[in-house]
Amino acid sequence: MSVQDRLSRGDAAHDGSHVSWVNNPKVRGLIFQVLTVATIAIMAYVFAQNAQTNLQNQGIATGFDFLDQPAGFDVNQSLIPFSQNASYGRVLLVGILNTLLVAVVGIILATAIGFTVGVARLSPNWMLRTIGTFYVEVTRNLPPLFQIFFWYVILIKASPSARDSFSLFDAVFFSNRGLYIPKVIIGEGAIFIEIAIVAAIAAAIAVRVWARRRQNATGQQFPVFLTALALIIGIPLVVAVALGFPITLELPEFSGFNFRGGTRVIPEFVALTWALSLYTAGFIAEIVRAGIMAVSHGQTEAAGSLGLRAGPTLRLVVIPQAMRVIIPPLTSQYLNLTKNSSLAVAVGYPEVTAIFAGTTLNQTGQAIEVILITMGVYLFISIVTSIFMNWYNRRVALVER
Amino acid sequence: MTQTAAPDHAFVREAFVEALPPPKSEVGVTAWMRSNLFSGPVNSVLTVAGFALLAYVIWQLFSFLILRAVWTGENREACLGPDVGACWPFIQAKWGQLVYGFYPIDERWRPNLVFALGALLVAPLMIRTAPYKLLNSILFFVVYPVVAFILLQGESPFGSVLALLAWASSLLGVTAETALWAALAICVLGAAVAWFVSNWSVRVAAAAASVLFGLVAGLALIHIGVAGLNLPLVSTRIWGGILVTLVVAVVGIVASLPLGILLALGRRSHLPIIRFASVAFIEFWRGVPLITVLFFATYMLPLFLPRGTEFNGLLRALVGVSLFAAAYMAEVVRGGLQAIPRGQYEGAMAVGLGYWQMTFLVVLPQALKLVIPGIVNTFIGLFKDTTLVLIVSILDLLGQLRAAFADPNWATPVTEFTGYAFAGFFYFFFCYGMSRYSRYVERRLNTGHKR
Repeated sequence: MSVQDRLSRGDAAHDGSHVSWVNNPKVRGLIFQVLTVATIAIMAYVFAQNAQTNLQNQGIATGFDFLDQPAGFDVNQSLIPFSQNASYGRVLLVGILNTLLVAVVGIILATAIGFTVGVARLSPNWMLRTIGTFYVEVTRNLPPLFQIFFWYVILIKASPSARDSFSLFDAVFFSNRGLYIPKVIIGEGAIFIEIAIVAAIAAAIAVRVWARRRQNATGQQFPVFLTALALIIGIPLVVAVALGFPITLELPEFSGFNFRGGTRVIPEFVALTWALSLYTAGFIAEIVRAGIMAVSHGQTEAAGSLGLRAGPTLRLVVIPQAMRVIIPPLTSQYLNLTKNSSLAVAVGYPEVTAIFAGTTLNQTGQAIEVILITMGVYLFISIVTSIFMNWYNRRVALVER
Repeated sequence: MTQTAAPDHAFVREAFVEALPPPKSEVGVTAWMRSNLFSGPVNSVLTVAGFALLAYVIWQLFSFLILRAVWTGENREACLGPDVGACWPFIQAKWGQLVYGFYPIDERWRPNLVFALGALLVAPLMIRTAPYKLLNSILFFVVYPVVAFILLQGESPFGSVLALLAWASSLLGVTAETALWAALAICVLGAAVAWFVSNWSVRVAAAAASVLFGLVAGLALIHIGVAGLNLPLVSTRIWGGILVTLVVAVVGIVASLPLGILLALGRRSHLPIIRFASVAFIEFWRGVPLITVLFFATYMLPLFLPRGTEFNGLLRALVGVSLFAAAYMAEVVRGGLQAIPRGQYEGAMAVGLGYWQMTFLVVLPQALKLVIPGIVNTFIGLFKDTTLVLIVSILDLLGQLRAAFADPNWATPVTEFTGYAFAGFFYFFFCYGMSRYSRYVERRLNTGHKR
């Protein structure tokens, strides 16, 4: 037992009764803890008393009944059917779904940009390195709220009007009204195509498992990637042709003053997701760079002496080892992005903070319930994400003997 | 010739041949470009594309901010043109608002003095060779916030202390003045007793009484002194702009560091209840976004306080920001505490130090030194997060800027871009400056670990 343990566990008084109880660490620890509990309890009691009086005086209802009452306002983006008659509970659901939408799209975009920039910063090409450094320094040193406002203004003020919108193959239109993308209209028999896609993915996985086993046994390689690609594109295509293309795309079309058809992505969503992705990507780039640099150069050299070319060296040797260093900070960046999606309240994108902690709170006045629910939502998302990432981290962690 | 035997060879070189210079393609600009820019067809394409991109962005910025910019003008007329760049007269016209908010023009010397004092105290704190670091830290972290508050607000925050004194004196049936003198006398007397008496318990009690009464008397005196200055009161409601940005940032920094250290110590404590309370606090604040914390401070906190408590919006936001930053700071400090080897604790105990002595004399000085870069990074995050107060209607720089955009006198297509360019430079200057400083400290502290 170390000195520290012994002292802190209060065995110091073992050698004599002349040590005053004031100096007994055990007693002192007990006193500190009792004081802490008492302080917290008194504060909680006073707060509860005050809250009760204040709520009564201001005539604010308590409890969670308001979740069933009609909200009476509309939201400008909803993934599920929503009308003005819908309840506050449904508002909460719409908000959570919109938060998750920003989080998922943002995480995918930020990861893609971040990994690209991170690798670019390690490139032997000076020009790429410089651009990467510029990118990282600028995005990391400007407040995310500032960046959201900036991109929002770009979208609203500097984008072309709907008439001269910027188009891609006449299918995707970008203007100050937002982003218009083709809408997928699913006709009859489309279920077979979905089945075909699932079957193709299963077949691709089976091929990969078989190829890996054969390579382990015989050393012969098999073009897994190309085969999988062919399967996943080919099988659904064949089924679709056989059924006579039950899935059609409805292209957005400009007519009169606005677009008709297609799916509209509101500019608030574009600005928010884009700004948060760029901001978080700056941090991810640094994490990726640090992770790759943490893999010792000997690993690359060893791979080279085994005859691996640059591509397989990166894919099979460097990245799997770098991931171990990258995953934990990457998780906290994903969580940061999710939490930063609450900045949407500043541009009016209807996610949970904006329409629940904002509008709903203003209308019902039930601050305690609304804010606790909102915080609970974020805490829940945080906990689920960290559990998943911890599981993934354990899977890729170095297994030491 | 000293040689004994005649040489067999017709020629023997007697001097070294000078090495030939390396081929031109291996040194100098050409070689550098060859290896760093054009090492292959793919790299060459990337270089050219990258150069085009960089040149385009830089040219656009230069052209917008300087070449096409308007530098003088009275109102929007100056910036209405077909091909106009940044509208700098807009910033000039709104300068006062962007820096001070609606702080009265006659009183602007007070924020200026606060800015100057802050700069004067921070500069020597950041220069390694400047002396009196401890005194400097105390001045910046304890004295400066109080002085700054008194200057900005125009009254001291210790009115309640004076009220307490008056209340106590009314209980005793004497005048407040007598009570003040009595408190001062107890302070001096206590100090004298603590100095001369040898009994340990008496000394501690006397010292405690001295400090307590001294504090009460001192704060009450400060309050009276400030009231004597007759500074006009400036409500926090009309503070704004860079002033609010810096106030939120400095208060967050000053409050979060000690709070974060306490939380980190609590998290590593052996006492289960204290550890649990610290962990719960830290994980809760780290799990929710700052905006919900600000909503919490703005809408929920007033419900928890007795009716009629004067608790203005800025103070609420400051409480929220400080608690939030403290949780992050605690994790940074914990990292430093974990890096201190066990032998340091054991050594401290072996020389007979108690917990607090061990913590403040041995562990924390080493731990904090290790995590200075992390602390500065937290400060940078906090500085960026100050922008969020505009969501609870406190007009910081970004908030004032957006208020200024609404002015029809300056409504032009380029106004908003000009404003954001200005704010962007401001935030970038501070954040990049801090991150550079943190990297410099990191390099300097790293020297000990090199072998």
